[in-house]
Amino acid sequence: MKRRTLLASAALSLALASGAAFAQGDTPKVAFVYVGPVNDGGWSQHHHEAAMKMKEHFGDAIEVIEQESVPEGADAERVLTQMALSGADLIFTTSFGYMDPTINVAAKFPDVKFEHATGYKTAPNVSVYSARFYEGRAVTGYLAGAMTKTNKIGYIGSFPIPEVIRGINSTFIHARKANPDVELSVVWISTWFDPAKEADATQALLDQGADVVLAHTDSTAPLAVLQKAGAYGFGQAADMYEYAPEPRLSSIIDEWSPYYIERVQALIDGTWESTSTWAGIGDGMVGIGEFTGPIPEEALAAATKMKDDIASGAYHPFTGPLNKQDGSAWLAEGEVADDGTLAGMDFYVEGLTTEIPN
Amino acid sequence: MIRLERRLEPSRLWTVLTPLLAVALTMLAGGLMFALLGKPPLEAIRTIFWDPLFHPQFASYSRPQLLVKAGPLILIAIGLSVGFRAGIWNIGAEGQYIMGAVCGAAVGLAFYPSDSALLFPLMVVAGGLGGWAWAMIPALLKTRFGTNEILVSLMLVYVAQNILASASSSWLRSPEGMGFPGSRNFKQWPAVHNAELLPETGMHWGVVAALIAVIAAYVLLARHIQGFNIRLTGEAPRAARFAGVSPARIIVLCLGISGTLAGLAGLFEVTGPAGQVTIDFNSGYGFTAIIVAFLGRLHPVGILLAGLLMALTYIGGELAQLMLGLPGASIQLFQGMLLFFLLATDVFTNYRIRLSRREVA
Amino acid sequence: MDPVLLVASIMVSATPILLAALGEMVVEKAGVLNLGVEGMMITGAVMGFAVAVGSGSPLLGFAGAALAGAVLSLSFGLLTQYLLSNQVATGLGLTLVGLGLSALIGSSFEGLRAPSLPKLDLPLLGDLPVLGPMLFRHDIMVYVSLALVGAVWAFLKFTRAGLILRAVGENHDSAHALGYRVVHVRLAAIAFGGACAGLGGAYVSLVRVPQWTEGMTAGAGWIALAIVVFASWRAFGVLLGAYLFGGVSVLQLNLQAAGTTVPVELLSMSPYLITIIVLVIISARGVHGAPGSLGRPFHAAA
Repeated sequence: MKRRTLLASAALSLALASGAAFAQGDTPKVAFVYVGPVNDGGWSQHHHEAAMKMKEHFGDAIEVIEQESVPEGADAERVLTQMALSGADLIFTTSFGYMDPTINVAAKFPDVKFEHATGYKTAPNVSVYSARFYEGRAVTGYLAGAMTKTNKIGYIGSFPIPEVIRGINSTFIHARKANPDVELSVVWISTWFDPAKEADATQALLDQGADVVLAHTDSTAPLAVLQKAGAYGFGQAADMYEYAPEPRLSSIIDEWSPYYIERVQALIDGTWESTSTWAGIGDGMVGIGEFTGPIPEEALAAATKMKDDIASGAYHPFTGPLNKQDGSAWLAEGEVADDGTLAGMDFYVEGLTTEIPN
Repeated sequence: MIRLERRLEPSRLWTVLTPLLAVALTMLAGGLMFALLGKPPLEAIRTIFWDPLFHPQFASYSRPQLLVKAGPLILIAIGLSVGFRAGIWNIGAEGQYIMGAVCGAAVGLAFYPSDSALLFPLMVVAGGLGGWAWAMIPALLKTRFGTNEILVSLMLVYVAQNILASASSSWLRSPEGMGFPGSRNFKQWPAVHNAELLPETGMHWGVVAALIAVIAAYVLLARHIQGFNIRLTGEAPRAARFAGVSPARIIVLCLGISGTLAGLAGLFEVTGPAGQVTIDFNSGYGFTAIIVAFLGRLHPVGILLAGLLMALTYIGGELAQLMLGLPGASIQLFQGMLLFFLLATDVFTNYRIRLSRREVA
Repeated sequence: MDPVLLVASIMVSATPILLAALGEMVVEKAGVLNLGVEGMMITGAVMGFAVAVGSGSPLLGFAGAALAGAVLSLSFGLLTQYLLSNQVATGLGLTLVGLGLSALIGSSFEGLRAPSLPKLDLPLLGDLPVLGPMLFRHDIMVYVSLALVGAVWAFLKFTRAGLILRAVGENHDSAHALGYRVVHVRLAAIAFGGACAGLGGAYVSLVRVPQWTEGMTAGAGWIALAIVVFASWRAFGVLLGAYLFGGVSVLQLNLQAAGTTVPVELLSMSPYLITIIVLVIISARGVHGAPGSLGRPFHAAA
């Protein structure tokens, strides 16, 4: 209890020292915490690049501090506290595992604002933001279904969490729309980052007859393997245009910078308040890379239309009729999945043959 | 020709001087590196070594954090050092740490939301047992089949990581977590929260356990017959056998101690600073503790100091990233340099440097 | 499941750990325990990539990687052999240094693509049915790694230098008394180990992935260390261990891809569990063979 008072008083003295508002020419300080190194070529790198774009947008009007490779758990709580103590006004915590640390630290520093990526816990000074990557997966899944000749597509998963399961379901549903005979094989590699293992997993899927492979891990290793084999894949997290036109057909791009600019602007304007954002293609948080490679005309048209319809809200990737894997009914004809079910999705849709590991 | 001559006794003077010399050399080399990266070298070094202890803004927070960070490192390293003294190479403390945390948390969560005062002690026992049991696998394979414990303990780290991933995404997953991975948060469950014992000190049960372990290890190694047997086994295995020391018993004892302590460290961490079981809950303490053990020359007091020094470089390194924008990799390299210089200057403690004209045959 | 494709995948997948483990085995045969394999591998990965990108030649990249690994390992050699520092701690320090250094060097090589190493389509052999696609259509480094296994085996078994190296590792005091220069032999072994680890790392960044990203070896160095123990310090044991580990890793991914009903958790643990089980079976038959002076510092008392 006393510690809280100490921190509160530390925060208070800081607030007094720096002035709570930015009226006196004080530059707001925006902090970012990353789970991996800022050049991991994937998740953390994209948050970092977006932060840099945001910094470029505001120039000297703000100050940006960053910390990379912060393990989730006790270390995260310390790093966040130190950032708050150093006078940060807005802190972006860019990994799911920072959820509880963010909430804990936010409780101690009511004047500091927090933005937690991909979580669900909010507070008066904590917002959450996340991207509807499953919308992008609908488009890439459709293309995968249209391009496979062996009727078998592969999917590399990291851990069986809702985010990944949503991606698998969305991919499968839309691959079937393009090609009703398609089968989806999933390989779990129990890591977000291990390029050599990602390459091995891709090769294993190819050896088992898949000719299009989608990855839910961040490195370009799968594309490199696909290129050698003459098979197809997609950019993940980044455009990965260096692998166009083949094997890369398109990509799902993490576009965080518009959101960062918007939120920092709100901070400067004094209009920041706690929000929950789950944005997709339409809001520009999920980018779909240019279509490349030998995609047939009608598939190209259908994918483009799907992308536009999702963006405009005319189409929801999880629209009934859809059954769960065990055959039980999930969504009736025309019914659309609610965000709560999607957020905690822990089941496969009908047609997928393997089981979710647990 | 420079020649090294072994001292009969390690020099007391140099024992004190070498760490200082090493830190000075690291500052020089590290400062050069920071300058090459285009960062102010003096400020960087001050931020790493001085600010966590004395910075007006941070020190009141980061000083206690030193104990929080050093606690598990010391606890694990003490256990490892006992085994290393006996020539038993448990390099899988990371796995034992994970299993301690998972077992302890599982026992606790089985009684959720009990507020019994007995629950936390029960979890501590379960955590210690979890680590102990995981270490008994290499121990028994070694005593029964002569299987090398280095390989087995290391491989079991990866197995434990898989168990951890599975635990946090299914059988220990919080039912209120909306399907996201991660257990319930022990910080929101006062009966089992391993909170600070004294406010503003960073002292939690894990730090207390680490300090007790330091004293116990000191007594064991210096005064107790088993401690003598352990050292004898490491230094002169044949003599130990003649003296009637059973190698199998020493193996089981040493791996048991190190596994138990690593398991306890995991339990205290998961119920305290970390708060919950998550996929990436382990942050390499089990491996860093090996460095701490050797940096402390396998001596309990040395380990205590080495653990604090490592913690300082972690927290100072974080501050340097934060304040000066240093890349995380440069901090890692800086820690490596510090380690290298500490090890290199150690030569003065055990050896006298002599200059001689001719090589002595 | 097509065994031809499976074996071909295994050979590629196992090559990095095979190279690194082979080098480490020679180091340990000389009585030195260098736990810094991961650090040397990652340094080899970044330097190999940098040189290959700069020169346009993957082979030069491999040479650069070997050189970088050797140079880095000599810092370990200097500390452990001349300053008599503790080998375990120094090796772990080497890993920290390697990871940090490689990340700093590599930051300017993010996102670039390296020239690729062509597959050698061995004439005649490559056209053989079954065996051709299985064994004879790999890139040159796969064959280099296999040749190295044979060379190391022959070196240790038949040459005088190999005999001296083993003698130094078994009992450095006797070797010293016989007039062998223990420290020089060990430094040479350490440099060889560093070069091999560098090659292994470069195989990841130039062939396996091929790209540079920070921390990309992702623990392969630790597996290599375990493989040396598994091999009971024998060259063909290293080959067996690396291919077994790589084999189970690839096989479990294939089983997942094929939609087997074996639980995924069990499959992803299987490479580690099977390595343990096989080692238990081997050790139950009483084969050991750690070099006598392994990890002990050598000081020629005057």
